[in-house]
Amino acid sequence: MRILESMTEPFAALGRYTLRSFERLGRSTLFLLQVIRGLPTVLPRPWLVVQQMHSVGVRTTVIILVAGAFVGMVLGLQLFNILVRFNSESSLGTTVGLTLVRELGPVITALLFAGRAGSALTAELGLMKATEQFSGMEMMAVDPYKRVLAPRFIAGVVSMPLLAGLFSAIGVLSAYVIGVGLLGVDAGSYWSQMQHSVDFYNDLMTGFYKSLAFGFVSTWIALFEGYDSVPTSEGVGRATTQSVVHSSLAVLGLNFILTALLLKT
Amino acid sequence: MQLDNKPGTGDDILIKVRGLGFRRGSRVIFDGMDMDFRRGAITAIMGPSGTGKTTLLKLIGAQLYPEAGSITVDGLNIHALSQGDLYDLRKRMGMLFQSGALLTDLTVFDNVAYPIREHTRLSERMIRYLVLARLHAVGLRGAADLMPSELSGGMARRVALARAIALDPMMIMYDEPFSGQDPISMGVLMKLIRELNDTLGLTSIIVSHDVREASSIADYIYVIADGRIMEQGTPEQMETTHSDWARQFLNGLPDGPVAFHYPAPDYGADLFGT
Repeated sequence: MRILESMTEPFAALGRYTLRSFERLGRSTLFLLQVIRGLPTVLPRPWLVVQQMHSVGVRTTVIILVAGAFVGMVLGLQLFNILVRFNSESSLGTTVGLTLVRELGPVITALLFAGRAGSALTAELGLMKATEQFSGMEMMAVDPYKRVLAPRFIAGVVSMPLLAGLFSAIGVLSAYVIGVGLLGVDAGSYWSQMQHSVDFYNDLMTGFYKSLAFGFVSTWIALFEGYDSVPTSEGVGRATTQSVVHSSLAVLGLNFILTALLLKT
Repeated sequence: MQLDNKPGTGDDILIKVRGLGFRRGSRVIFDGMDMDFRRGAITAIMGPSGTGKTTLLKLIGAQLYPEAGSITVDGLNIHALSQGDLYDLRKRMGMLFQSGALLTDLTVFDNVAYPIREHTRLSERMIRYLVLARLHAVGLRGAADLMPSELSGGMARRVALARAIALDPMMIMYDEPFSGQDPISMGVLMKLIRELNDTLGLTSIIVSHDVREASSIADYIYVIADGRIMEQGTPEQMETTHSDWARQFLNGLPDGPVAFHYPAPDYGADLFGT
């Protein structure tokens, strides 16, 4: 009997894990619906969103600018080295622009957002839960979904495209500094090639839609992990880690799906 | 909105608990419990740790829902209310959490002003009057500009108390108000609970296992354990209780109906494996 049990245990464990995962997915969906239901109540109090945009967006700006600058410089170096083999270094502006606007801008911004703002959101909500602040609000007849979660959700979704735009802009400028300033690419061809090849609807809007979707998913995960965390120091720590891991994987997976859907050959 | 009887009819009993059943997983917390909380009185709920005292407060506040029975607050079956009606009722209920549950990113003043700002359209000038009056009542008007992290545990509870009375509630529930307090803080809290109850005409429910403190300010006491009421009565009646269990609990005796030893196999057999 014991041998049979030990043989079936891995399958039972897999079953338990699958059930738990689906149950959690269901709960997170209900959570999202509650947050969305609370969105209209934020309209009369826009300062709540402004406060959160400062916390979620403005405070993430420095890391986005620094990362964008380094990524742009590396792109300038690498792409120049490849393009120069085919005597097409004048296309540096095109390749840098497309790479940043379509892919690297939204994706790296989303990963940095998950690490900086997402983890902060999860930890903040987890600590609020651990110190009974949500229960306190409920007993004061204040709905935490409307007062706490909805403003943070809007702030996250709105901040992400803005941050991605900043990332791409600083990346393009940094690649310009390396390509034109150090490696001798013609400044006129850098900008004109970029202007000619980067299309507003196909490229810029693709990046915008992606970052909007990443903002939605990352903020959803960060808020849910915090609100659903076990209210202990260990539980909040685990929720913060899970928030970053789940957000990062979700962004990378979603990026593939969106790229496949939005790519026009 | 479901009405068991009309709200605010002047019924002497503000909160009625009838046939309350609640379990966590397979563990039964309450099994058909009946309780009454009289208007204007301080009712203490005592019992050993883990008997569901805090759970009972959460059930009364409809933060948890019972599996059986009902709880009516001021004539309203609280678990049958819509969210809007529930929130309307909660505006008339205050709750003091064990941790204080103050909003950590707001000052003491803003914490007390929070429910007023959320639920009224009063001018900032009027809000200032109201908040300072509440803080004065708990002796912390001078701490209005401090952050919650700068307060001691006792001060945090007093601020939470000021916040709980911000909207002039009809009742306040206190969750372990005395635990972890030094004697002075405890004395201050006891005085505040009694005075606020009497001067504001509140109905107070205190959940505590600090027997002496809770007994000294309570008008009526329930002692609960194992999902049911073990003993009830006025503090005077409790002193002469015939229940061995209640006597052990109220006098803090180490052994009695609640055994000192957790159930275990025979000591000798355990030691020598025979």
